[in-house]
Amino acid sequence: MTQDWPLYEVFVRGKRGLNHVHVGSLHAADDAMALTHARDLYTRRNEGVSIWVVRSEHIAASTRDEKDPFFAPSADKVYRHPTFYDIPEDVPHI
Amino acid sequence: MVGREVGVSMTSTGTEASAAGWDEARLSEQFDATIAKDQRIEPRDWMPDGYRRTLIRQIAQHAHSEIIGMQPEGDWITRAPSLRRKAILFAKVQDEAGHGLYLYSAAETLGADRAELTDALIEGRQKYSSIFNYPTPTFADVGVIGWFVDGAAICNQVPLCRCSYGPYARAMVRVCKEESFHQRQGYELLLTMMRGTDGQRAMVQDAVDRWWWPSLMMFGPPDDDSPNSARSMAWKIKRHSNDELRQRFVDMTVPQAEKLGVTLPDPELSWNEERGHHDFGTPDWSELQRVISGDGPRNVERVSRRRAAHEEGAWVREAATAHAAKQAARTQETARTQKTEGAAA
Amino acid sequence: MSDDHVYLSLAEGHDDSDARWAFGTGFEDPLHGVDQTVPEGTDSAQLAAFCLALGDDALVSAQRLAQWCTAAPELEEEVALANIGLDLLGQTRLLYARAGQVDGTGRGEDAYAYFRDADDFRNVRLAELPNGDFAFSITRLLVLSSWRLALFERLATTASDPVLAAIAAKGVKELAYHRQYAAEWVVRLGDGTEESQRRTRDALAAIAPYVDELFADDGELRTEVLAVLRQVTDAAGLVLPEVAPVPGHGRDGDRTEHLAPLLAELQSVARAHPEATW
Repeated sequence: MTQDWPLYEVFVRGKRGLNHVHVGSLHAADDAMALTHARDLYTRRNEGVSIWVVRSEHIAASTRDEKDPFFAPSADKVYRHPTFYDIPEDVPHI
Repeated sequence: MVGREVGVSMTSTGTEASAAGWDEARLSEQFDATIAKDQRIEPRDWMPDGYRRTLIRQIAQHAHSEIIGMQPEGDWITRAPSLRRKAILFAKVQDEAGHGLYLYSAAETLGADRAELTDALIEGRQKYSSIFNYPTPTFADVGVIGWFVDGAAICNQVPLCRCSYGPYARAMVRVCKEESFHQRQGYELLLTMMRGTDGQRAMVQDAVDRWWWPSLMMFGPPDDDSPNSARSMAWKIKRHSNDELRQRFVDMTVPQAEKLGVTLPDPELSWNEERGHHDFGTPDWSELQRVISGDGPRNVERVSRRRAAHEEGAWVREAATAHAAKQAARTQETARTQKTEGAAA
Repeated sequence: MSDDHVYLSLAEGHDDSDARWAFGTGFEDPLHGVDQTVPEGTDSAQLAAFCLALGDDALVSAQRLAQWCTAAPELEEEVALANIGLDLLGQTRLLYARAGQVDGTGRGEDAYAYFRDADDFRNVRLAELPNGDFAFSITRLLVLSSWRLALFERLATTASDPVLAAIAAKGVKELAYHRQYAAEWVVRLGDGTEESQRRTRDALAAIAPYVDELFADDGELRTEVLAVLRQVTDAAGLVLPEVAPVPGHGRDGDRTEHLAPLLAELQSVARAHPEATW
């Protein structure tokens, strides 16, 4: 039964300079197999330079109901977003 | 599910919610508002049980369809008549396995277990798309499946890229991008064959005659006979009705058929200037019913092949698990020994 | 619903500069920039025959892997085995194309694959044996990929034909992955359960008589490859038995009874429509 092969979450870095992004999950018996499977499943079309696999059970996640206090609403801290600032178009490199 | 919640035990939705002091009405409001704003529901969000259950069933059946769908075309890899076609078909069928895996993965974010879903498929408790219960007697069927079946799947799947459940929508984006090659390779094969020998042209027309009506049936029964559709549409896990998608598919495919030089086996097919769409005949819904309920030409074979692979593969999966356990034990033993030696030193 | 082409609507709401989705159409041609002329002093007939034999190995192996489709022990293995099969099919096509350029006939890849009989094939016999169970197939893959990798590593740097050298260089990366995949599985199966151990032991016993043929009289190659295999079998707790080799040689045209039916299936549609283009 595949329930004996634990669930792994897969993170792929698409190219240098980017973060790893969560792309999905798969089942594998051990870490080596998980990496092999992740390479076959998620980077078949050369979509990654780096793969991380983590046993799903090892991921600690924030609880769904803590949403409001945990994630401060971005609506009242708009100064964190670049679009907040109106800069003339002819200023280069900004 | 992705991850375990730190500090809160995995209890039912309602208990967690009330433990955190949020009442179900408030959560339900938030859920509805998210959907109304066309935003995504993610795995950690509160959701009605009906939404979760409907999604699990829909995603699982979609996944099962990809896996079962490997069979009618997979049979032709060994006999593909050119190395290029062989490679293309091998890659396509491989993609289908991959799509099934992405979708099982999406279903698991909702709390389903892949092994249980596999059992449900093998035991006939969950279904897959009726189209894969038809046989593929010639190589032209490979082309027509790419053209019709992948074409219909794309009609269905592109809107799902905007469905309300995040992991499913993202899986659909990945699937659609890969599937763009699937339909094109099928149509290209047919173009080549239609420009070829008399034998090839006859093979194509014969395949078209056999696959047209079943492909229309892929979109499901007419809207009037689809009781669950309204709820799925309200939850935005279904974005268009069966009839809308079916019409879309017909309108797309008719000009493609003209370019190919094949006739579609429907004498009622004609452009309706007023509606701005093609009129077409009525599929034989009793055939769809029969095939769905297990009485299609290949139902038994498709499921038994999946069952056989799963059962015959059990010893392999068990061996991998056993080895992993032994490795873990060895690693622990080594660490313990080193610790002891370190302490003794 | 958008009236645009269905694929255009995919772009709506998705940042297409996201490098995760780096599909595109920019495929690399492994022979780009490689001089295609046969070098002075190279025996064309020999080079063609060699490319053909290596192509036959890959085609027959790819066919056996394709027979695992929808029968693999887990869905992830479906994807992995297809990946390996596709790599080998790619090698087949490059090698057959080179043979056609060099043997003076100008034949294309399909002429070699579909319109030669079993008697004309020159693959090693280990490749044509039936798949058996997963233990047999994966152990066979270990042996063949370890051997082919060692061979291609040599060819990449020492082949006098620059095209063959380029094909081998590309193949090395693929084969290293095939060998690693197979090795990990042989260790899992050898170490796993009593049943998997027994099956893998049986596989090694069935494969052993066909191993000698791989090395011809290249003692260095034999030593290197057997050492690699021993590393894996040691980790798996098993042994590749030393047995008397099967008489004859696949490279000389000796065959088992398994190639003819394999080719009959492979060639059936192409031969039914000999004038057709696909």
